Amino acid sequence: MSNGKHHDILLQGARKFGSTALFLVQLLVQCVPAFARPRLIVYQVYNTGARSLIIIMLAGLFVGMVLALQGFNLLQRFGSEESLGSAAAIGMLKELGPVVTALLFAGRAGTALTSEIGLMRATDQLVAMEIMAVDPLRYVAAPRFIGGLIAMPLLAAIFSVIGLYGAQLVGVQFLGVDQGAFWSQMQGAVSWHDVNQGFVKSLVFGVACSLIAVNEGYHAEPTAAGVGLATTRTVVASSVLTLLLDYVLTAAFL
Amino acid sequence: MQSNRTLELGTGLFVLLGFVALFFLATQLPSSGLKLSSEKRGFHVTADFDNIGDLKVGSPVTMAGVSVGEVASIRLDPKTYQAVVGLRLYPKYNEIPDDSFASIQTQGLLGGKYVGLSPGGSETFLKEGSHIDQTQSAIVLESLINKLFASFASKAGSDSQSQAPSPQTQGQSPSAPAADPKKQEPKK
Repeated sequence: MSNGKHHDILLQGARKFGSTALFLVQLLVQCVPAFARPRLIVYQVYNTGARSLIIIMLAGLFVGMVLALQGFNLLQRFGSEESLGSAAAIGMLKELGPVVTALLFAGRAGTALTSEIGLMRATDQLVAMEIMAVDPLRYVAAPRFIGGLIAMPLLAAIFSVIGLYGAQLVGVQFLGVDQGAFWSQMQGAVSWHDVNQGFVKSLVFGVACSLIAVNEGYHAEPTAAGVGLATTRTVVASSVLTLLLDYVLTAAFL
Repeated sequence: MQSNRTLELGTGLFVLLGFVALFFLATQLPSSGLKLSSEKRGFHVTADFDNIGDLKVGSPVTMAGVSVGEVASIRLDPKTYQAVVGLRLYPKYNEIPDDSFASIQTQGLLGGKYVGLSPGGSETFLKEGSHIDQTQSAIVLESLINKLFASFASKAGSDSQSQAPSPQTQGQSPSAPAADPKKQEPKK
């Protein structure tokens, strides 16, 4: 009995994975024609990106400030507080920037996408579009996917920059690290590859989070409870997948 | 129409901000990237060093521990094979004697290098284009350790004949070699 249940969960997981992959292929096929209606994409960039800006900037500021505070305490033991700039930059660019942005994105924009599309499904709007020979994949799902894809790297970059200035604020203004040393050590430690790594990470997270959000909404059970469940699943799956992908990508880049 | 305008404006601002951030990360952070602006206030003086260690552009210049400027440029003199370091000193520190002594020092144990100035006794002051004649190179930790071991080895050789070394000489021995290279290094 319990064995059979085990089997069921495994099978369901595999099915979920397969259907998501299939959905990604369908979505990618529709992405090119979706650019014929750029206005839809612009609206989604606004919806997912511009409206997440405040929370991203606030989070970036505080993450940077905490990073500087913790880093300073640790580096002080070795008498090398001046390395604070490089420590903050590497941590911000390569890990915290992309990952925290993706987590916030899943919570702020991913849930909105899922519940919006899910409600369209529950109120039969998607079916109505199909009846009118309007492909909902092309006009509903693809623009949202592309919008998230464009917004994520930009959000992550903004997060990192604000975070660096947060670290500078605490490190230089409050804790008294020399400003010149802070920036020169940062520039000495950061290479083009580090920036690139952060960018690629945020791009991958953008694909993952947007795909999960759109997929969950599109295949949500057409009930009120179903939409709620789908929204929860979006946050959980996006967060777990982001952290897992982060490990894989870090290992691949090393 | 009104909501359309705010939408376009919001999206435009967001994308612009994002690209500015990306541009900043790509160009301003890596040392290889081109720098947009560094404040060019203050006056420039130069100093030649035999070895600057890992001194970088932007490293601080201090006097008595107070930051008085920063390293503006580093290049190699092709004739003398010395490093020519351009220092930018803040305008308010315009009364530093022109026979001051510049040395390259290390912040903490693992920290970066910086240029330390110690005042001379001259009545004339450093100004735009001045040259600091008295310099001391960066102390390379490895060569210091080598000298330490060398002096230990020679001491051990002489000690083995007199058998028992007194505790006094043992206590002094680490400080003596450490001060040694400093005495040898200053040029001119």
